[in-house]
Amino acid sequence: MMKIEKSLLAAICILPRLVFGQALDPALLTKPLGESWPTYSGDYSGKRYSSLKQIDQSNVKNLTLAWVSKVTPGAGAAGGGGRFGGGASAVIIGGEGTADMGGGGFGGASSVRASILEVNGILYFSMPDNAWAADARDGHELWHYFWKTKGGTHIGNRGLGMWGNWLYMETPDDFLVCLDAKTGKERWHKEIANFNQQYFSTMAPIVVGNHILIGTGNDLDEPGYVQARDPETGDVQWTFYTVPVKKGDAGLDTWGSLDGAKHGAGNVWIPGSYDPETHLYIFGTGNPSPAYTNPPSRAGDNLYTCSIVAVNVDTGKMAWYYQVNPHDTHDWDSTETPVLVDGEFNGRPRKMALHADRNGYFFTLDRLTGEHLVTGKFSEAANWVKELNANGQPIRSLEKDSTVAGSLVSPNNEGATNWPPPSYSPDTGLFYVPSNEAYAMYYLTETDPRGAMGLGGKEEDGLGTMGGYLTAIDYKTGKVAWRHRYPGTGGGLGNGILTTAGKLLFAGDLGGNLVAYDSANGKILWHTHLGRVTNAPETYLLDGHQYILVAAGDTLYAFTLY
Amino acid sequence: MTVKKILLVLILTSTQVMAQPPRAVRPMRSPAYPDRPPADPATVERGKALYGVQCNFCHGSDARGGEGGPNLLRSELVLNDQKGELILPVVQNGRGEMPKLNLSAAQVSDIAEFIHSFRVGGYDVSRMTPLSIVVGDAQAGGAVFKTKCASCHSVMGDLKGIASKITDPKILQNTFLMPGGGFSRGRGGVNVPPTTVTVTLASGQKAEGRLVRIDDFMVTLDDAEAGQRTFRRDGDSPKVEIHDPLKPHRDLLPGYTDKEIHDLTSYLVTVK
Ligand code: HEC
Ligand code: HEC
Repeated sequence: MMKIEKSLLAAICILPRLVFGQALDPALLTKPLGESWPTYSGDYSGKRYSSLKQIDQSNVKNLTLAWVSKVTPGAGAAGGGGRFGGGASAVIIGGEGTADMGGGGFGGASSVRASILEVNGILYFSMPDNAWAADARDGHELWHYFWKTKGGTHIGNRGLGMWGNWLYMETPDDFLVCLDAKTGKERWHKEIANFNQQYFSTMAPIVVGNHILIGTGNDLDEPGYVQARDPETGDVQWTFYTVPVKKGDAGLDTWGSLDGAKHGAGNVWIPGSYDPETHLYIFGTGNPSPAYTNPPSRAGDNLYTCSIVAVNVDTGKMAWYYQVNPHDTHDWDSTETPVLVDGEFNGRPRKMALHADRNGYFFTLDRLTGEHLVTGKFSEAANWVKELNANGQPIRSLEKDSTVAGSLVSPNNEGATNWPPPSYSPDTGLFYVPSNEAYAMYYLTETDPRGAMGLGGKEEDGLGTMGGYLTAIDYKTGKVAWRHRYPGTGGGLGNGILTTAGKLLFAGDLGGNLVAYDSANGKILWHTHLGRVTNAPETYLLDGHQYILVAAGDTLYAFTLY
Repeated sequence: MTVKKILLVLILTSTQVMAQPPRAVRPMRSPAYPDRPPADPATVERGKALYGVQCNFCHGSDARGGEGGPNLLRSELVLNDQKGELILPVVQNGRGEMPKLNLSAAQVSDIAEFIHSFRVGGYDVSRMTPLSIVVGDAQAGGAVFKTKCASCHSVMGDLKGIASKITDPKILQNTFLMPGGGFSRGRGGVNVPPTTVTVTLASGQKAEGRLVRIDDFMVTLDDAEAGQRTFRRDGDSPKVEIHDPLKPHRDLLPGYTDKEIHDLTSYLVTVK
């Protein structure tokens, strides 16, 4: 025994990747998305387009359930999880708090709404306070880590980041936790934001070189930021504030006062994309605060809230920005992941960033310079814009701010789209996004000239929707190429999209189906009724077989061809 | 926004005929940040009195900002402060435009207890001022009613006494925009007839009933006699026709100006 163990150990040391293969090879991160899913969007580009094409238009109708696996969040999960996937593992418990939020809180607290990593045959995924590893061949649980929380908004967790053998998770009470991918055991945790200031952290950490890129959320008025942390120690490498926080900071002239600016929010709670050529991390920022009221301290465009921002990962310095929603007054965060695309524009090749915003507008930008190329309106109902200015920015009609007597506005607060990941297929040249055409009455309820705090000061009464859609946009014109309306009298937002070189588009619909469409025209080719779909579908290749993976609440489903 | 309210909005914006699982809308404040334990009322009273004299003018009676002084409730320093230990040096030394004030540690501790007694959060019902939303021109509203509504409704007929039935003008406004809608404030007592569906099979056979759910693959209806029936859908077969009684109201939404809405409300509140 002893001997075998020893030789195994030796083997692990010499050939870590080949023998046990836990570690993530960083080269994988810059390759186009294919066999693995090593980061939030699969690869750095945010396209969620997989080069896998074993499953294609001709055979997708034969797609079969490969396995189902259910997990149980919380400390009490030991022995209770893995109903389908085999015996659950013991729960590893960490955290500085006392609370077991288990399945409590919002719908997102007990649902996998996150991206699932697939690296060397193992899946890594999360819910708020919970991380798991499972075998990608049959879904059985390998370990479960549970974080006892101090509190914080438990709205969702967007996934894990991976660097070599280590995994990184943000917690709602503002810690970055580093886990050993092999065992799930905690290596360390570091505070990343101040809980007293009501920050809460949901973002999937993004690993670029030796930087762990993180962001947080906040619904009081505290400033947003992106931070780079050391993967070994968790120490801060740099911090980029999305709003001015001191005299002399750029953008201060777009606020009424410094106090307004440094309480101006702009939180970054969804991962951005990364351009390895320029070393730019390109992400969207959240709404300004107070979200719905207009105190003099907020006078101006409120940079860099509701913007697409490019920051150099080595220095943390901003290279460019483009504000998609100057002086937002509807809490329409622009955190939706920008999608990096190389393609033709006006007859010449361009490196671009594409973004469909919660505010109902789509943007094509040059991602080297931030130059504006296209603004398109993908929501028919959106009615809050007075005009597009010379730089393609939508300028709001003042009367569509919240008013005491009520303003009829589309989108509703949830937005024409939201954070659920869009996709882009180079096969079709189309950008795909879930969209919704909802109207709401926005009533101003606090007339205090100092404004409200955070999300206070308005009452929103939903009036229903003109429909929920799967929408395909031509990035060259910003026009809707086609859209598929989900049947029914109402609507809602779908949950994120995957496209593949098999000329397929996978997405959950509003009726609880996972559906495969022809990515060229939205024709339905396959579906299965899971009851609900809660994340964007993903794909990976294992033992020569392509899998389609999707989450439905606390359950993962994998499909393949036999 | 409370969780309940988010759910209500969610239910409304998703179709009535599909159970869309609650999705994560933008993070809202939940009761996740524990309020500070209540302080001794006598301490808070002492602190309030001192604050009123020393700080009120610059920071506002509710500590949300006043003449020159910033909002203290959302201040990082104040949020990190426990019992005045961080506030004390600011008060005793002054800072920027703030003069130093001659107060003892015990006095500042009392003031801190007073400042910490405010609830810290965005959504705060106690700060909502009940203001009249009836700001429009009733006569102009009557004219709008003639052009936009009179083809289906009459204030002498089906809408007779609507303002007595729905006494809250906000609910009334939400209700005429979308009957049964805006119901985070209550449904206004309207009974909207259900959405129905007619399914015509290839054989020519028809099934009809209340629409329970529909997607691209299935349609379920509830027929008073046969109970729930589900039909598989394959493209255009069988033929499915949805009858949405609120379609006229949905179709009106893109066409309103806010002035028309406010005028209509001012008119309808007179229909007692
Ligand atoms: C004459 C006006 C004035 C008075 C009186 C005053 N303040 Fe201030 N206070 C200010 C100003 C202006 C600032 C911002 C100073 C700066 O950072 O430039 C401030 C800052 C502060 C801060 C720091 C806030 C932060 O986020 O850094 C605290 C705490 C504070 N005041 C507490 C008090 C208390 C308690 C009192 C009464 C005992 C008081 N102040 C009286 C004007 C005033
Ligand atoms: C094309 C027909 C049509 C038009 C035009 C129309 N409605 Fe309606 N309205 C309906 C139907 C159908 C209902 C739901 C059935 C019902 O409650 O009578 C309804 C319901 C209502 C109700 C709820 C009544 C109750 O007590 O249940 C109000 C209030 C209302 N409409 C006001 C308006 C106003 C104001 C306008 C013009 C801005 C308008 N409607 C335009 C068809 C219409």
